Amino acid sequence: MAEPASVAAESLAGSRARAARTVLGQVVLPGEELLLPEQEDAEGPGGAVERPLSLNARACSRVRVVCGPGLRRCGDRLLVTKCGRLRHKEPGSGSGGGVYWVDSQQKRYVPVKGDHVIGIVTAKSGDIFKVDVGGSEPASLSYLSFEGATKRNRPNVQVGDLIYGQFVVANKDMEPEMVCIDSCGRANGMGVIGQDGLLFKVTLGLIRKLLAPDCEIIQEVGKLYPLEIVFGMNGRIWVKAKTIQQTLILANILEACEHMTSDQRKQIFSRLAES
Amino acid sequence: MQRGLDSETKKQLEEEEKKIISEEHWYLDLPELKEKESFIIEEQSFLLCEDLLYGRMSFRGFNPEVEKLMLQMNAKHKAEEVEDETVELDVSDEEMARRYETLVGTIGKKFARKRDHANYEEDENGDITPIKAKKMFLKPQD
Repeated sequence: MAEPASVAAESLAGSRARAARTVLGQVVLPGEELLLPEQEDAEGPGGAVERPLSLNARACSRVRVVCGPGLRRCGDRLLVTKCGRLRHKEPGSGSGGGVYWVDSQQKRYVPVKGDHVIGIVTAKSGDIFKVDVGGSEPASLSYLSFEGATKRNRPNVQVGDLIYGQFVVANKDMEPEMVCIDSCGRANGMGVIGQDGLLFKVTLGLIRKLLAPDCEIIQEVGKLYPLEIVFGMNGRIWVKAKTIQQTLILANILEACEHMTSDQRKQIFSRLAES
Repeated sequence: MQRGLDSETKKQLEEEEKKIISEEHWYLDLPELKEKESFIIEEQSFLLCEDLLYGRMSFRGFNPEVEKLMLQMNAKHKAEEVEDETVELDVSDEEMARRYETLVGTIGKKFARKRDHANYEEDENGDITPIKAKKMFLKPQD
């Protein structure tokens, strides 16, 4: 880690904004400014090479770029607010210039609209449940936001239950609100999570790693024995297997796999598969 | 001696009142600010950045409903652009054309008057087809 740190320190000392394209996959530190591809030509290195004037106006060819978590807009540039690696995703359907974000690691969750999270019901006041999601405030969940719930037909939710839902309102100015139905009114797997099982907390980066489409860990875990897992984007995982011992083994694996290399992991899985 | 005010003086008084009221309204004495069009959109959600799978998973048949959901949600997320172009037809085109042909006759018979029933004759198959056109008045040539 000494090399990327020294490179970053040099660029900060030079206080020159780097092009986002050249920094992809490298460590960026908060306070750095990044140039988007359209601008780096205009502010090219030095004046030694004279560029021929292009007749087509550059300003018209700008595309919309989305700056994701860890980045902020600062004039025409991107300002880094978290330390981590810079990532980029090309636009799939052709509109816009893609997404830039910083792949950082943290344990504290900040509610974001659209995220599916696991919450614990802490209070029931009138028509609203207060659900603890690990943020600064408990989220509110109305009793009508369940599938098939009406004023007469109330959902069976008690204090202490686990709820899998998504946020509809989540910003820094208001209390977060969550629901257990989607926009069509269907539950889609959201709602009260069943009996038994074990809930534990991991870092947010691990959740994203486990939910990646090509995650080997999940594929290997699925071959061990019948089990059920629910991932919440707030760092909470709920697991359930047939016996308590299997559940505990699963919880330990998922917690430990963040810091294991793939060889160590394969060793552990082969040992488990034997026993 | 006039008791009330003159209409002109009334108008003047009203105008003065309106002026006082509109001057009391506050306004900003700033030059027009043009909103800069920004090409960068800020989003705090990871859903746009990475394709993440659905959060509920079940393996080896532990929870069949969740396994069904997994297939649904992950398939929806992967194959959003693939559309089925071959739509299977329940009824073939030819049969549809035949039905329409006879349908016109059947419905037409319903609205035809008694005299026109002669136009609608049934042939061997039982299909009702309108045979003759309606009799129009023919003008004599002379």
